[in-house]
Amino acid sequence: MCLAVPMQVTEINGEMGKVEIGGVCREVGLMLLEDIRIGDWVIVHAGIAISKINDQEAEETLKLFKEGGMI
Amino acid sequence: MDKKELQTYADKLKNLELERPIRIMEVCGTHTTQFFYTGVKDLFPEKLSLIDGPGCPVCVTPNRYLDRAIEIARTHEVWLVTFGDMMRVPSSYSSLQKEKAVGVPIHIVYSPLDALTLAQENPEKQVVFLSVGFETTIPTEAVAVKKARQEKLKNFSILTGNKLTPPAVRALLDAGEVKIDGFILPGHVSVITGIKGWRFVADKYKKPCVITGFETQNLLIGTMALIHLIQNGNPEIINEYSQVVTESGNEKAQEVMAEVFESTEAKWRGIGTIPESGLCLKEPFQEFDANLRFPVNPPEEVEPRGCRCGEILRGLVTPLDCPLFGKKCLPETPVGACMVSSEGACAAYFRYQKVSP
Repeated sequence: MCLAVPMQVTEINGEMGKVEIGGVCREVGLMLLEDIRIGDWVIVHAGIAISKINDQEAEETLKLFKEGGMI
Repeated sequence: MDKKELQTYADKLKNLELERPIRIMEVCGTHTTQFFYTGVKDLFPEKLSLIDGPGCPVCVTPNRYLDRAIEIARTHEVWLVTFGDMMRVPSSYSSLQKEKAVGVPIHIVYSPLDALTLAQENPEKQVVFLSVGFETTIPTEAVAVKKARQEKLKNFSILTGNKLTPPAVRALLDAGEVKIDGFILPGHVSVITGIKGWRFVADKYKKPCVITGFETQNLLIGTMALIHLIQNGNPEIINEYSQVVTESGNEKAQEVMAEVFESTEAKWRGIGTIPESGLCLKEPFQEFDANLRFPVNPPEEVEPRGCRCGEILRGLVTPLDCPLFGKKCLPETPVGACMVSSEGACAAYFRYQKVSP
């Protein structure tokens, strides 16, 4: 039930905004995030964006795991 | 990550040499399904077992909650509004789907904000939203209640059935019924709670944990990192899902949850009553409490006979140990909630588990 979908912000209108992935658009709530800009990627759950996606962070984590001999 | 690198990790996991048998629990229902769906579970070395935890809000919702919702719909002129996942869950005597079939007005929505819109567009109807979900979903429901108050809506209320996952993990560890060496912690719950919400598992209970995502690479890397921690006797939490999970979590979401709800004890199907694991509306928001607006007293709840969902949710047995699994209890005609929810352990086993004829 806690599925969340990555989508890209295409429009911001106050607390709401439009997001898009693969041609699918939806209006979602942006009230749970700070400093959202058009072009940001977010994950959307039950019609509200709950987190920004930081891919750079993910790459660094992978690097740390490798260096630490964990994987 | 390219295909070749992924294959390298898959081979590594498959060929891992374990010093002793290791049992890990995945807390989240989406992980339960994804471990099967991606085939990562098939790569597990012989000595590694995956125990399914209580991580599906639909599965742990007790009969009494649905009995109450149905009784409200039968005795008051209301529209019940729900996430689709709840439709087929058996209550003691019926289900939302059966009620809808005989004409009870039940609407399915994707978002609590859609439930709010239904109320705004139909001021002559009383809209009761079935507020079920873990930390991932709760802030979205809190936002809806807050908006209803701002807009002074008189025809919107919620039936609170929300649950908090860290107290459930604490209860499992305190009960000590099931031996677990480490946890795969839920990715999207952790987006909200942050790593800090889970520190107690490592600090107090000395269990290693990995927070991970839901794609094949997340499951492979998360599992290997967890085994590394377990084999080194290192009770730490590491965050494999750092693109969306941070130390402190989504603080805005935590604030709106704390503004609208306060914790209370809650009954979990199969597990029992867990202190501080449920939520009720705080005083300024109690006018939106469907329990207060539409008082009902449904008949005593009844659990299905022979169903072992309770023990499955506590990680004590697998679906294959249940006499009803695959016989009387099927995805089309589920007896227990773990077969209803697409993220329930029984549904995942039924769909993906290879069983010898």
